Amino acid sequence: MEKMIEAQNLTKKFDSLTAVDSINFEVPKGTIAAFLGPNGAGKTTTIRMLTTLLQPTSGETKVNGFSHKEVDKIRHSFGIVFQDPSLDDDLTAEENLVFHAALYGISKKDAHGKIDEVLNMVDLNDRRKDFVKTFSGGMKRRLEIARSLMHTPAVLFLDEPTIGLDPQTRNKMWEYVKELRTTKGLTVLFTTHYMEEAEKAADIVFIIDHGKIVARGTVDEIKKSTDTKTLEEAFLKLTGSDIRPSEASAADAFKSQARAWGRR
Amino acid sequence: MNALQVLWRRQVIKYLRSRSRIIGSLGQPLLFLLVFGLGFGKIFEAAGQGSYIKLLAPGIMIMSVVFTAIFTGIEIIWDRQFGFLKETLVAPVSRFSIMFGKTLGGATVSVIQGVIVFIITLLVGFHPIWAGVVPAIIGLFIIGALFSAFGIALASKLKDMQSFPIVMNFVVMPLFFLSGSLFPLNTAPTVLKILTEINPLTYGVDLIRGLLGGVYQFSLGLDSIVLLVATALVILWGAYSFKKIEA
Repeated sequence: MEKMIEAQNLTKKFDSLTAVDSINFEVPKGTIAAFLGPNGAGKTTTIRMLTTLLQPTSGETKVNGFSHKEVDKIRHSFGIVFQDPSLDDDLTAEENLVFHAALYGISKKDAHGKIDEVLNMVDLNDRRKDFVKTFSGGMKRRLEIARSLMHTPAVLFLDEPTIGLDPQTRNKMWEYVKELRTTKGLTVLFTTHYMEEAEKAADIVFIIDHGKIVARGTVDEIKKSTDTKTLEEAFLKLTGSDIRPSEASAADAFKSQARAWGRR
Repeated sequence: MNALQVLWRRQVIKYLRSRSRIIGSLGQPLLFLLVFGLGFGKIFEAAGQGSYIKLLAPGIMIMSVVFTAIFTGIEIIWDRQFGFLKETLVAPVSRFSIMFGKTLGGATVSVIQGVIVFIITLLVGFHPIWAGVVPAIIGLFIIGALFSAFGIALASKLKDMQSFPIVMNFVVMPLFFLSGSLFPLNTAPTVLKILTEINPLTYGVDLIRGLLGGVYQFSLGLDSIVLLVATALVILWGAYSFKKIEA
């Protein structure tokens, strides 16, 4: 099977902290893979390296067969839904998609059809002329998923895509993703804190802790090797039940401030 | 549409949609125009320096351009905090194109603002040389590009909104006050004169004043060269800083 995502001895150090510690893994074409791990385990850092937003300290990444040095090719190859929203609230849904099309070099003619296609897929076609600031959290997420698929990527990265979504939207989202995997051979890597989501959606699971992969395999294999009944039990057995210290980022502080003062 | 165009368009669309920003940013130039114009005009003219509005009007246009352009930097910080910057940074577009598109967008928006102020100065009695208006608008565009790029360079180094007012007070305000926008340089004391002469914005002010009023402190050639060289250098600096930005 063709490998669509690869990491070889991938390492990222921030000053004294080793966020990702020489990890190795691969995801074959058409596979939905889950990254599970406590806060600060290194999930997002790994995704940021795979998506060229962060330079590895050492080691190699490959997406769609391209190394992280072939930046433009790699960037054309994947779509991403970030942990935090990344839409422009002051533009309409359609304008956000037009912006994306232009950045990815999709011609005006193709963009028109593509925008229709992805908006229909996430049931937002009737809201295309509305400003994103009038959208609910779930609608914004759906729009981001639509956007991430506009340039028909071979690989899709989803960083905690279902946070704050109701079960209906969550189900619907996984329906699209699974359908694309079947029809287009899309390869997906997602992170989540919801174990039942990983149990339902993932073909393979990587459990990460302290920057290392501590377990990998299908959900059944992981349960079997840890002698547990659910993935959640397996997860806690592997990573311990202590709550991890985590700090609010500057962005979090800014957001609460912006909420207090009202945006513009 | 390519990446450069769409980045430019986004900025112009957002500017035209935020009426409050357009009206709000006219307040300061208007205040300067009225307070300085009415307050100092008579003394200035009594001292035999000629028409004050002729000196002041180009200065206020530039003020409006500079302050609007530097706002491009704030927009980048805003985009980063609200996540939109990531969408741009992860796209298959070079950092230089992104930075350059934003610079052109910022310059365009600030020129629109400058032209609005120009129309206001006409209403309060400014008589420009009409042949110089189009070249002056091009000059204002270059000044707008210079300060948009400057804003981007600064914003790439700042982590939050709170530090931007500090930049305004300690960098942008001195650059503006030491550019000869509000007073003539020929009668200024030596220290002030030296400080203004090393400030690239001074040459921008002189250029616009010369084009619209006919009198140059330096010359059309020197003003244009200094302004263009400064703009090119700051765009390179901005591109370099923006290249290092992390989402």
